[in-house]
Amino acid sequence: MKIIVCIKQVPETQEIRLDPVTHTLLREGVKSIINPFDLYALEEGLRARERQGGTVTVLSMGPPQAGDALREALTYGADDAVLLSDRAFAGADTWATAFTLARGITKLGGADLILCGKQAIDGDTAQVGPEMAAFLDLPYVAWARKLTFVDSEVLQVERLLDHGYDGIEVRLPALITVVKEINEPRVPSFKAKLRAKSQKIPVLSLPDLELEPDQVGLPGSFTQVVKVFPPPARGARELWEGTPTELANRLWTRLQELKIG
Amino acid sequence: MNYLLTEEQQMLQELATQIAEERIKPVRAELDEEERFPTEIVQDLAQSDLFGVIIPEAYGGLGLGCLENCLVLEALSRACVGVATTYAASFLGAYPILLFGSEAQKGQYLPELARGDKLAAFALTESQAGSDAGGIQTVAVKDGDDYVLDGTKQWITNAGEAETYTVIAITDRAKGARGASAFIVESSDTGISFGKKEKKMGIRSSATREIIFQNCRIPADRRLGKEGQGFIIALKTLDYSRPGVGALAVGLAQGALEESVHFARQRHQFGTPIISFQAIQHMLADMATEIEAARALLYAVARYIDSQPKDFTKQSAMAKLFPTDVAMRVTTDAVQILAGHGYMREYPVEKMMRDAKILQIFEGTNQIQRNIIGQALNKEFSKKGK
Ligand SMILES: Cc1cc2nc3c(=O)[nH]c(=O)nc-3n(C[C@H](O)[C@H](O)[C@H](O)COP(=O)(O)OP(=O)(O)OC[C@H]3O[C@@H](n4cnc5c(N)ncnc54)[C@H](O)[C@@H]3O)c2cc1C
Ligand SMILES: Cc1cc2nc3c(=O)[nH]c(=O)nc-3n(C[C@H](O)[C@H](O)[C@H](O)COP(=O)(O)OP(=O)(O)OC[C@H]3O[C@@H](n4cnc5c(N)ncnc54)[C@H](O)[C@@H]3O)c2cc1C
Repeated sequence: MKIIVCIKQVPETQEIRLDPVTHTLLREGVKSIINPFDLYALEEGLRARERQGGTVTVLSMGPPQAGDALREALTYGADDAVLLSDRAFAGADTWATAFTLARGITKLGGADLILCGKQAIDGDTAQVGPEMAAFLDLPYVAWARKLTFVDSEVLQVERLLDHGYDGIEVRLPALITVVKEINEPRVPSFKAKLRAKSQKIPVLSLPDLELEPDQVGLPGSFTQVVKVFPPPARGARELWEGTPTELANRLWTRLQELKIG
Repeated sequence: MNYLLTEEQQMLQELATQIAEERIKPVRAELDEEERFPTEIVQDLAQSDLFGVIIPEAYGGLGLGCLENCLVLEALSRACVGVATTYAASFLGAYPILLFGSEAQKGQYLPELARGDKLAAFALTESQAGSDAGGIQTVAVKDGDDYVLDGTKQWITNAGEAETYTVIAITDRAKGARGASAFIVESSDTGISFGKKEKKMGIRSSATREIIFQNCRIPADRRLGKEGQGFIIALKTLDYSRPGVGALAVGLAQGALEESVHFARQRHQFGTPIISFQAIQHMLADMATEIEAARALLYAVARYIDSQPKDFTKQSAMAKLFPTDVAMRVTTDAVQILAGHGYMREYPVEKMMRDAKILQIFEGTNQIQRNIIGQALNKEFSKKGK
């Protein structure tokens, strides 16, 4: 089974600083890490390999230093890594990012299973996975909290919902995005660390992907960030349980307390 | 300090530190409180290849030496000596096989220990034989192609959790110091059973139990080395493993120092952080200096051992003695600096002080270490004819 795990390098800090003019991320002086959700995707890929055999390739699009994130992914036991990097890719929105990654996957000969994190902790859109599936014309399931192989071609997926989960069967090849409930990522291994130190990470550029400059990066993007601001805090929410009558009475009392009724 | 570690040694240190920070620190208080064996962390350590440090590559290990082993132990015990003891005791059980095992024995047992699929333990001590190992009563009687073991071992780390035990038992009482032999016993053998988990002062996540042998029959090819080599095997094993106890001590003391400095900078009394009081500063200065001295001694001895000298019993004893005494002093002072906070279980230093005490006791009390060093000096000087 050929498994590709997409990982994004993100700034470690939770307090993201933005350039007031361009609204892009200020990355200087901030340590970079693997997007935390992607570590769960990687773990799931490694477990799938343990059960089904095959290889796990980690794939990222980003500047050359994103190679560090890929090298770190190798220390967890991924077989190989590929970086998509070219100045032309800069400024990509989710469309252009997903388009470029999808092309990368096609150039790598496709995959039986593509795993992504639920979302990136910086961009936060959760769009790249599903968009990639669309470009590759593959089925996808987002927010997977459990994967079970029925056989080498069919995967049972539990998709996390607010209060429960959906049970879904999907035929491979498919793309899955995972939530952190899915597993407990392993620790790196020393032998893999030794291997990763000297392992070659191929870099594919615009010509390697046989794309035109206007299909990628800023020119290939349909959206542009105009304004970034912290969202207003959501008010406290409560969940009540009870019979319809109890709940109606309780609601009525509460509305009166709040002077809404 | 820069100890001129190689890139590989630094990577090992990094990996052990990552496991200590991410997996051990968050649960150490809970493990201690509930006296719970760290099964998940043992799995992490197995996944990370760290159970293979001293096992040769031919048996699936990393083929590294005493210094690397010490670096890992130090990094782990900076977070928790209880967990680190569990890990270290598996090497204590593996050393006799590594040092004295036949090709067949090494091929059978070392790969699964290197993978961390199985844990090992080392069983010497008995109720009447602590410092005086010569007093052991457990016997192994040759019976055809088997040996039959009878007797009880006491306070054995990893007993009940490990699958592979190296056991010292008397094969011929008349031969005195040449009357003991070493055996590999498996937890699945008939006639082996375990006592209840002991309730301890410190290292409470580690498992310490009795091992009871009742008509425990094992094939004769489980004997390590020759008949009569039991005490030699035990002493050589301890020569190799004692610096590991020193490493546990250095890591523990380092952890306690870090907690102390951190607290002393935060805690205000008389309108100023307590670190501005000279009394506190001097305590911290002594702690830091002694830890660095202990580490320097430890690494020097570990490197010496890795140079494969013929006899290093004295140096090995020193590498246990000094760091463990330092750890006791440093952790006691750490509680003093945190004072009331330090005495509370909410803060980690009271546990560190409780954990420190065992390091002066097991693998030979520090009195015994001083005996070893003293006797070695006597021998050295008598050879020189002075
Ligand atoms: C603060 C901020 C705001 C942004 N706002 C927008 C916006 O409003 N509209 C817009 O179109 N773009 C936006 N972007 C720009 C940029 O397009 C995204 O960061 C990028 O496309 C990835 O999207 P994401 O970070 O939301 O990833 P998500 O879609 O949240 O990521 C999901 C998963 O996709 C995979 N993945 C994502 N990116 C990569 C990658 N580069 N390499 C490999 N795998 C990857 C990972 O598995 C990841 O877990 C924004 C970026 C930032 C930092
Ligand atoms: C938590 C724990 C884990 C252990 N794990 C293991 C294990 O995995 N395997 C194993 O085989 N054993 C293990 N032991 C046993 C340990 O090695 C012994 O406790 C230790 O060697 C000391 O023996 P003792 O406690 O019987 O003390 P004793 O020998 O009874 O000593 C009592 C006191 O007398 C002093 N003393 C004794 N003889 C002399 C002397 N000749 N000169 C000066 N002072 C002397 C000692 O230093 C000590 O202060 C463990 C013990 C503990 C508490």
